[in-house]
Amino acid sequence: MVQYNFKKITVVPSGKDFIDIVLSRTQRQTPTVVHKGYAISRLRKFYMRKVKFTQQNFHEKLSAIIDEFPRLDDVHPFYGDLLHVLYNKDHYKLALGQVNTARNLIGKIAKDYVKLLKYGDSLYRCKCLKVAALGRMCTVIKRIGPSLAYLEQIRQHMARLPSIDPNTRTILICGYPNVGKSSFINKITRADVDVQPYAFTTKSLFVGHTDYKYLRYQVIDTPGILDRPFEDRNIIEMCSITALAHLRAAVLFFLDISGSCGYSIAQQAALFNSIKSLFMNKPLLIVCNKIDLQPLEGLPEDDMKLVMDMKAEAIKTVIAQGGEPNDEGALLTMSALTDDGVIAVKNAACERLLNQRVEIKMKSKKINDCLNRFHVAVPKPRDTKERLPCIPQPVLEARAKANAEKEKRKLEKELENENGGAGVYSANLRKHYILADDEWKEDIMPEILDGHNVYDFVDPDILQRLEELEGEEGLRLEAEVEEDDFEMDGKDLTPEEQEALAEIRRKKSLLIQEHRMKKSTAESRPIVPRKFDKDSKFTSARMGRQLSSLGLDPTAAISRSRSVSRRGRKRERSLGREDGDAMDVDDEQSSKKLRTRSRSRSKSRPPGEVTPGEGFKDSAQKLKALKIAKKSVRNRNKAARRGEADRVIPNLKPKHLFSGKRSIGKTSRR
Amino acid sequence: MRLEKCWFCSSTIYPGHGIQFVRNDAKIFRFCRSKCHKNFKMKRNPRKLKWTKAYRRLHGKDMTQDSTFELERKRNRPERYDRNVTESTLKAIKKIDKIRVAREARHHAMRMKGKKAIEQQAAAKELEQSIHLVKAPAALQEDPSLTLPKMKIKVSQSQMEDRMEE
Repeated sequence: MVQYNFKKITVVPSGKDFIDIVLSRTQRQTPTVVHKGYAISRLRKFYMRKVKFTQQNFHEKLSAIIDEFPRLDDVHPFYGDLLHVLYNKDHYKLALGQVNTARNLIGKIAKDYVKLLKYGDSLYRCKCLKVAALGRMCTVIKRIGPSLAYLEQIRQHMARLPSIDPNTRTILICGYPNVGKSSFINKITRADVDVQPYAFTTKSLFVGHTDYKYLRYQVIDTPGILDRPFEDRNIIEMCSITALAHLRAAVLFFLDISGSCGYSIAQQAALFNSIKSLFMNKPLLIVCNKIDLQPLEGLPEDDMKLVMDMKAEAIKTVIAQGGEPNDEGALLTMSALTDDGVIAVKNAACERLLNQRVEIKMKSKKINDCLNRFHVAVPKPRDTKERLPCIPQPVLEARAKANAEKEKRKLEKELENENGGAGVYSANLRKHYILADDEWKEDIMPEILDGHNVYDFVDPDILQRLEELEGEEGLRLEAEVEEDDFEMDGKDLTPEEQEALAEIRRKKSLLIQEHRMKKSTAESRPIVPRKFDKDSKFTSARMGRQLSSLGLDPTAAISRSRSVSRRGRKRERSLGREDGDAMDVDDEQSSKKLRTRSRSRSKSRPPGEVTPGEGFKDSAQKLKALKIAKKSVRNRNKAARRGEADRVIPNLKPKHLFSGKRSIGKTSRR
Repeated sequence: MRLEKCWFCSSTIYPGHGIQFVRNDAKIFRFCRSKCHKNFKMKRNPRKLKWTKAYRRLHGKDMTQDSTFELERKRNRPERYDRNVTESTLKAIKKIDKIRVAREARHHAMRMKGKKAIEQQAAAKELEQSIHLVKAPAALQEDPSLTLPKMKIKVSQSQMEDRMEE
């Protein structure tokens, strides 16, 4: 069962493209290298393979085309006729026939040349045979080029045909051009058909889907039909005729009562009569459209008569179907512009179609099979006593009251509209709250209090629990008061002891601070021996103060330190005198030593002597100059700071070492 | 609107603050600020970070079990609104708060109870050990009390005589 969906047909390539595709495939998928030194059987096999491969490819692709295009005789006559109308059956068949012959020809060519290749005796001959074979196949395809182009066009057009299922519930809309068929279908389905004031806006069939009683209905919009003899009709009209002829559908014949489509009712009636024959066995509905422009009652006499005639026809079909001669089902009025009666028309059409289909199904043989499978069990009555359903009286009363109330009750929506509409009015949702006391309805309850969620505390017996808690708390307080009486009188320090402790702590913190400062500056601070203390921290007066603060008597220590510091100098002088009186031998030696040292020194120049060429006026000036020089240097030396002679790096980061590429080597280390 | 608790530090999250993270197993983690959020992403255990409530409760710094906590419990069954109950609830919240604060203060006091004795002992020990920083051992021998040495001020003899004469 073919899904009437012609979108799945593969693309038909043009002649040239076809050849290109197949030949390039052959080139890619068969071995390409061959030498004349190979064994002859190998050469033959090589070329035979190519010929056969090409033939197979052509065969595959052409078969695909032939198989995928629908056969007009095999499909539903609706599609057969539609395709005939659109593309001309004969041309179509011819094209496909040509493709088929091409396929056979190529097969024959391949067979012949393979036979010849079996006896090829050199590489050159085999190659020529292969070239000839392939060339002939390609010529065949070139000759059917126009057919392929035609088939491609057909394929593209077929893909865009609406997928109409000829067997399902269908409603067909027909009538003169511009009567309002497309507007109607736009209203009842989601189809979006062009609606324009000129005739023949709809040029082909359009499908929409609508629902009725949980079933899907196809609604088909046709191009307008003019009243002409059958042979003179153009393709567009033929589409609608075909649809009318073959689809088993409910037909809605649209009438434009107002005449604004450009055709009078008489013309429309004439059309109706001429295509009456197509409406055989189909539920027919006459629909009078555009009643907003011209109501049905206001029609002139003869027009009315024509309309009634059409209605009679429609009723005939109803009777034929087996329904009652019901007026309403045959003629309906609507206006697509004002939506007046549109739903009624749709419902009537769907209902009629459904009934007809059900009836047909009932009459057919298949239904018996289904019926055999059903069995409706009816319980056998016990006796002839009648047992009615028992509905209690209050329920009946409540029902009656509810119905009355429903009519009387004011809807929220009405209330909203009264008070200003959707954006302005906001409904009071609290109106219907069920509370113990109605005064509480508008109460706002706090959700948060003091950093707690109020809802976490809400409890019907919260008061009781609170009381328990307070009782507990009271007990605890009492226990505490008793405990507080036991105070620990510890060993407190006396004020003097506290003073001493404070002093200790102060001293300790000072030591720690000093240590920290020393530690942090240790790297940059020079280590200087204590005799060069530039801040004069190590004086004997200071020592004296520190000792006395510790509680000791410093005088002895100070005097001893003084004598020691002075001893050096005094000793120098006294050495010269005292030693001279003492031991002779030692004295002589020692004095000799002294003299020799002074002797050696006396040979050089004394420090203050001015030599010519130095630039000094006299030795006093020179001595002064030396003194100034020494003074300028003294403090720096004592603090052990860097001097002029100490090494200095003028540029710690020279640019030529820290930037630029190297001509050889790596720059991973800078 | 609800005040939530931060998963990490257990502080309250007011509306408009913090981030909520929902894991693939549908567990929700709420954080009061990016500090908690970032710590969580680093997979730090709140029980090991001193500033979180989890640590404090675990190490006994804060009160853990108390009847005041049971009064504040998330109830999942909604109660019908009753004005009297609401009124009493609001008043009760304040009282419960007061009691809870008082109990926490008591807990803290209990914790700090032995501190004074320890401090005194430590002070005495320090005084004994480090007295040499302010009082030389020689002075200590003369005056064995652990106090600052008395400064001996020399008064000139003549002044003394003058005074005596007068």
